[in-house]
Amino acid sequence: MADKKQEDKNNVFKKLLGSNLTVEAIALVLLILLCTLFDHGFLALSWNDNTGGLAGPLITMLQESARYLMIATGMTLVISTAGIDLSVGSVMAVAGAAAMQALNGGMNVWLAILLAIVIGVIVGCINGALIAFLGLQPFITTLIMMLAGRGLAKVITSGENTDASAVAGNEPLKWMANGFILGIPANFVIAVVIVILVGLLCRKTAMGMFIESVGINPEASRMTGIKPKKILFLVYAISGFLAAIAGLFATASVMRVDVVKTGQDLEMYAILAVVIGGTSLLGGKFSLSGSAVGAVIIAMIRKTIITLGIDSAATPAFFAVVVIVICVMQAPKVRNLSAELKRKRALKAQAKAVAA
Amino acid sequence: MTTATATPAKKAAKKTRRLDAQMIPTIAAVVIFILMIIMGQALFGTYLRLGFISSLFIDHAYLIILAVAMTLPILTGGIDLSVGAIVAITAVIGIKLANAGVPAVLVMVIMLLIGAVFGALAATLIEEFNMQPFIATLSTMFLARGIASIISTDSLTFPDNNNFDVISDEIKIIDNPKISNDLSFNLGVVIAIVVLIGGYILLHHTRTGRTIYAIGGSRSSAELMGLPVRRAQFTIYITSATLAALASIVYIANIGSAKNTVGVGWELDAVASVVIGGTIITGGFGYVLGSALGALVRSIIDPLTADFGVPAEWTTIVVGLMILIFVVLQRVVTAVGDKK
Amino acid sequence: MTDKTPIVVMKGITIEFPGVKALDGVDLTLYPGEVHALMGENGAGKSTMIKALTGVYKIDAGSIVVDGKPQQFNGTLDAQNAGIATVYQEVNLCTNLSVGENVMLGHEKRGPFGIDWRKTHEAAKKYLKQMGLEHIDPHTPLSSISIAMQQLVAIARAMVINAKVLILDEPTSSLDANEVKDLFAIMRKVRDSGVAILFVSHFLDQIYEITDRLTILRNGKFIKEVMTKDTPRDELIGMMIGKSAEELSQIGAKKARREITPGEKPIVDVKGLGKKGTINPTDLDIYAGEVVGFAGLLGSGRTELGRLLYGADKPDSGTYELNGKQVSINDPYTALKNKIAYSTENRRDEGIIGDLTVRQNILIALQATRGMFKPIPKKEADEIVDKYMKEMNVRPADPDRPIKNLSGGNQQKVLIGRWLATHPELLILDEPTRGIDIGAKAEIQQVVLDLASKGMGVVFISSEMEEVVRLSDDIEVLKDRHKIAEIENDDTVSQSTIVETIANTNVNN
Repeated sequence: MADKKQEDKNNVFKKLLGSNLTVEAIALVLLILLCTLFDHGFLALSWNDNTGGLAGPLITMLQESARYLMIATGMTLVISTAGIDLSVGSVMAVAGAAAMQALNGGMNVWLAILLAIVIGVIVGCINGALIAFLGLQPFITTLIMMLAGRGLAKVITSGENTDASAVAGNEPLKWMANGFILGIPANFVIAVVIVILVGLLCRKTAMGMFIESVGINPEASRMTGIKPKKILFLVYAISGFLAAIAGLFATASVMRVDVVKTGQDLEMYAILAVVIGGTSLLGGKFSLSGSAVGAVIIAMIRKTIITLGIDSAATPAFFAVVVIVICVMQAPKVRNLSAELKRKRALKAQAKAVAA
Repeated sequence: MTTATATPAKKAAKKTRRLDAQMIPTIAAVVIFILMIIMGQALFGTYLRLGFISSLFIDHAYLIILAVAMTLPILTGGIDLSVGAIVAITAVIGIKLANAGVPAVLVMVIMLLIGAVFGALAATLIEEFNMQPFIATLSTMFLARGIASIISTDSLTFPDNNNFDVISDEIKIIDNPKISNDLSFNLGVVIAIVVLIGGYILLHHTRTGRTIYAIGGSRSSAELMGLPVRRAQFTIYITSATLAALASIVYIANIGSAKNTVGVGWELDAVASVVIGGTIITGGFGYVLGSALGALVRSIIDPLTADFGVPAEWTTIVVGLMILIFVVLQRVVTAVGDKK
Repeated sequence: MTDKTPIVVMKGITIEFPGVKALDGVDLTLYPGEVHALMGENGAGKSTMIKALTGVYKIDAGSIVVDGKPQQFNGTLDAQNAGIATVYQEVNLCTNLSVGENVMLGHEKRGPFGIDWRKTHEAAKKYLKQMGLEHIDPHTPLSSISIAMQQLVAIARAMVINAKVLILDEPTSSLDANEVKDLFAIMRKVRDSGVAILFVSHFLDQIYEITDRLTILRNGKFIKEVMTKDTPRDELIGMMIGKSAEELSQIGAKKARREITPGEKPIVDVKGLGKKGTINPTDLDIYAGEVVGFAGLLGSGRTELGRLLYGADKPDSGTYELNGKQVSINDPYTALKNKIAYSTENRRDEGIIGDLTVRQNILIALQATRGMFKPIPKKEADEIVDKYMKEMNVRPADPDRPIKNLSGGNQQKVLIGRWLATHPELLILDEPTRGIDIGAKAEIQQVVLDLASKGMGVVFISSEMEEVVRLSDDIEVLKDRHKIAEIENDDTVSQSTIVETIANTNVNN
């Protein structure tokens, strides 16, 4: 009996250890520790009366993570269908440009927000329609959209980096990016709420199962009465929607869109967050919570790079290395290697047992 | 089979029709190129000038090289997104080395080697670790661009009297009193043409080339036929990355300066050239000559939109739309072919 | 004949997959100038054995000796270099290339400037001529010639690499009688040139026509090697399925025929249902409580007709009446909504959703008919999953296991459970017993009978005609994409009735 209990405990421990979320949590803690070693004030939190919220390095990190949470969530659903959305960064720029330009043109701030989101959804729907109904490859379709989106952002602002910080009545948008709810950054709270809503939508309805099913085996899914084209269209539309919100977060913090830099390289960050979160790039089972923690880790890595005083130009190279390492670890070859080692060990143990 | 002997004539007819369907995108590219030239000539009167044609080739020799480079992975149904970033890293390192007094030839060799290393890395990720080509090359793209940014974010220029000029020095064939009527070329153009011929020979006159087409048709078949698929994949990605480095050499020799942000979006220009030139994005069909033509079509968009007074911001949208139209066209052609 | 020196000796071949021994100490000896057949039921290990010989799988134990040299194959190239060429059922050539390019791929003739295409095409022509394909221009795209000819092209390719052993894996399954005749002519020619041919086929007639020697496998184990001419058919079948001839004749008494009362309306009444290139316009009616069997060879249109009934493919002609109401079934969703379900013959690619759990696999079709945003309440879902796992006797009885970890038979049971959960009035079962063990097979056959007795209309499609005859009330016989006969099943009908019908009916295309 005692043995069995011990075994159960061991199993729980093993499960916990094997879970991706645990690994992610450990990675996050290690990064925070590393930063604290370099900057003893890293964990310090103070109350800022001006903003009505907490302040400190961790808080700015959370503020930055909001946009990654958005695109990582959309990317998770897209990748689950065995697709990819390389246009999220450009959609951010388009949405941000639309909002800033509209504000400058005297549009009501709420309408401007709505406009940005609608444009994001439209771009997502175009992606979705081309991929689902015309059967184009996701990466080439969204690659084109990544290029054209950047152009569209420039067209919207006539190539300027539109600044709307001086426009009256932009407070709600400013608050979205820089405000606080109960002392916690508003954008982070909003992002988490949206992630939870998407999670509920996926897991409390059959949407999550259908998305995974289409990612695992589209033809078998069609045979069960699921309409894979609709599902594909849906995930790209959702990705566009979430990227638009990310674009609002990114531009509203300074109330200015940079048509070149807003959202630049962020498709890579989103892919990375998804991969860290344990969703396979080949599609299938997905984990939104994994991707969410992955998104926070991305923000934390960026913060770490800054804290350690490394040139921020190194960020993309660093992320590329992380993606390569994780993909290599997920590769069947490496996995088989560890399985092979295990088998050999088992065989040895068996041989020993026989000998004994 | 009993009916087969009776219908060779029908078979032959079917064959030409089928090939025609596959050729539609390439023919479309030729037509578009000619129309663009005619339109430009008719409206602005400069497009048939020898000087215009000379500069079209001289300024875009690098793109022809990139288009040939990109043709290889796309023929197998893969892609190499890292070419633009490899141009950046090799350009930055190349100019730094030239400024440090390293002889030009050595600089060029180092640049090519750096390209080859990135290609080998991408190929290893794809073949040894089962990464999808676009993810693997997206990673090497970020890696290359990141390292380039670490090395320098300044605008770098060549020192005076470096031997890179050899590549950019223009050689006049027809010397007219008016410069805009000169017909000239430079070594960069020659390199591009040599690369083009090399690409043609590789694809159509070597077994590696045939393996590349076979992979594009069906990778599992190619493997079961015992073709050296892995070796071909390494050849493809190392070649494309090395050619990207070569494009970098030609480009910086022409421009004389570079920055870590050079080559942003060039992978898309290369994809556009390849796709416009008739290579099917899912692999199996295509020609390097078409890609070179596609590169010219892509190149002529810039002066044309400028002459029309279209703001430069629109260029990327136009290029994006063009890729999209061609990819959809391919999709329709293959769908119709499948139905038959 | 045993005085000949064997060209291939495989001894004690063992291959293990996680949890299963696919091959357990199997021997195979091939002699030059002989056609050798590998016999066994689905799952006996035939294809695994072939993959061991062609270097696709690495062997865990045993030895392979080719032409006196021990071999360790690390890939298909190694096997080819040892002189072993394979033509697979799905012809593994490149359809984007020409016939000549395919024949010579990897062995193109080279000149001073790389590949010399003129010489290469001449060589291709020579090899094609050997296959009786002299009328084909090597420049013809491969995609424009028939599958039968593609197969011959693949054999021509084997000649290019100078193969000593030619493996033909079910080459005849999609060929018509004339094409098979041509193929056999080529095979004899190749055999007489001293090549050893390893032949796999499900058609016993063909085995007796072309082969010299047989190796019989069952459940991954070596049973026996015999000379074809010394082995009566019933003995061979007995060895394949592990029962003696007497036992065989006793399996399964025929089911009593369900009589249709005059004036009774069918559930399904289709007229002229067809789709160009897959199945010609066909009339069909199915009554409640009736089992309708579709019999025919692979490619006869039996699967295609089933798929049209389910809307898996879109019909381009005909009318479809369901319980007297005109409907148009253009996709699986509409079919399920109209209480029609279809269990595919291609379990792996079109059936299971591998990484999802057994529970999800059972619920998914019902969920799809209800709509994505109307989740099945947990209690109801639990009941459904529990009910069908018990009813279908799914082992292991763990609903949270990914379905890909179950055995083939249990996957099949889960899938049937999935379709039953949608409460169909018409259930189309396409090869429900293919590739699963005998026990599960009997269970599934019983389920079919039970369902019909409860009033469900069942379409039963199988390549095993014996099974069709035993279970069906009516048998629709298909050949070359036509329905050629409708046989009312009674005691006078047997497997041979159908075989004769197929053999003696000519289809005008």
